[in-house]
Amino acid sequence: MENTPRPFWPSLLVGFVLGLGLLTTFMITGNGLGASGFVTRATVVVNEAIAPQATAQNAYFGPFVQAGAPLVSWITWESIGVMAGAFLSAFDAGRLRIQFDRGPRSSTVNRIVIALLGGAAVGFGSRLARGCTSGLGLSGSATLAVAGIVFLIGFFAAGFAMSLLYRRAWN
Amino acid sequence: MNFPLYDMGLASGLFSGMFFGYALEAAGFASPRKLTAQFSLRDFGVIKVMLTATVVAAVGLYIFQLLGVITVASIYVPTTYFWAMLAGGALIGGGFAMGGYCPGTSLAGIATGRIDAIVFAIGMVGGITAFGYLYEPLQGFYFAAKGPDAQRLTDLLGLPEWAVLAGFVVIAVFAFRLGTMLERRNGGPMSAIEACTPVEDVPFLAEEARHHL
Repeated sequence: MENTPRPFWPSLLVGFVLGLGLLTTFMITGNGLGASGFVTRATVVVNEAIAPQATAQNAYFGPFVQAGAPLVSWITWESIGVMAGAFLSAFDAGRLRIQFDRGPRSSTVNRIVIALLGGAAVGFGSRLARGCTSGLGLSGSATLAVAGIVFLIGFFAAGFAMSLLYRRAWN
Repeated sequence: MNFPLYDMGLASGLFSGMFFGYALEAAGFASPRKLTAQFSLRDFGVIKVMLTATVVAAVGLYIFQLLGVITVASIYVPTTYFWAMLAGGALIGGGFAMGGYCPGTSLAGIATGRIDAIVFAIGMVGGITAFGYLYEPLQGFYFAAKGPDAQRLTDLLGLPEWAVLAGFVVIAVFAFRLGTMLERRNGGPMSAIEACTPVEDVPFLAEEARHHL
C-alpha cells in the first residue's frame, strides 16, 4: 500500500475542535449543525424528477416544491462543506481509499442489504424525529434542549440493542 | 456587532460544514467499522466526541450569555415531540448499528471513497420517500405529546444553567472513564489502520503483522 493511514485524533481533541466549530456555527447562524435536512431536500429533487405531480401534491414534499429550488439552502452548502472537510482530512492523513467498506465477515450482498435497510430506517427516522444525530443529538443537546436528550435516549437504546443482532456483520 | 449574525449564506455554510466534516473524519467517523464498534462497546469514540463537543458548545453558549453577547431566545432550540423523537431516534440508532452510518457520517463516508456509503444514502432517500407518503396517516403520532416550545433542561428540571452544565461535565467524566475501561477490555479503540484498510486487504495486513513478530 502506498501510504499507511495516520492515526485518528484523540477523542478529547476532536471533541474540543467540534465543540468550538458548533459554537461558532451558533454565533454565525443562530442554528447548529445538521445533515438530514440536506438529504431530505435531495430526496424531494429525486422524487420531483421521477413523479413531479405526485411530489407537488404530497403533503410533506409539496411545501418544498412550492417554495422552489429545494436544494438552494444553507444546509446544502453546509453538507457540501462536510464532504469537502472530510475529504481534506482523509487526504492530509493518507486515509483516502476507494473501497466497499464492510465488516470483515460480511459478504458484498449482505453489505448491500444492510446498507439499504439501515439507510431506509435512518432516513425515515430522521423525518419522524425532525432531525438526526447532528441536528438533534449534538446541536439540540448543546442548547440543553429536552428534545435532544429524548432523541439520544431512543438513539443509544436502539443502537446498542440492534448491535447485538448485527454483531456478526460488523465484528 | 450583534450575535448571532443569522448569516445563512454560502460562505457561512461551507465554513461550518468544513469544520464539521474535517472533525468527523479526524475522529475516524467516516469509517462504518469504527462507528459500529461504538455500539458493540469496543470503541467509545462516538460517545466521547459527542459529549466533549456538547459540553464545549454548551459552556461556550452559557459564557456568551453571561457576557451579554447573545440571549437564549436568539438561538434555535428544538421543541420536543416526545413519541416521534423517541421513535425517530430509535430508528436512526438501530439503522446506524445495522447500516454503519447516520446522515452526517454517510456524507463523510462518501467523501472518503466509501461506495457502501452511497448505497446507504440511496436507502435514506427511499426511507424519506416512504415517510413522505405515510406523513398524513402518521400525523397523530408525529405531533403527539408535544412539549412546551423550545423547552430546555433548565425549564424541565427547574435548575440553574450552571447546575445542568455541571451535570453534563460529571456525566462526561464518568462516560470517559467507563468507556476507556470497556475499550481496554474489548480490544479497542479501533485504530486508523484497522478502520481504513479495505476489508479485502485485511488478511494481507494480518499476514504482514505476523512477519513482523
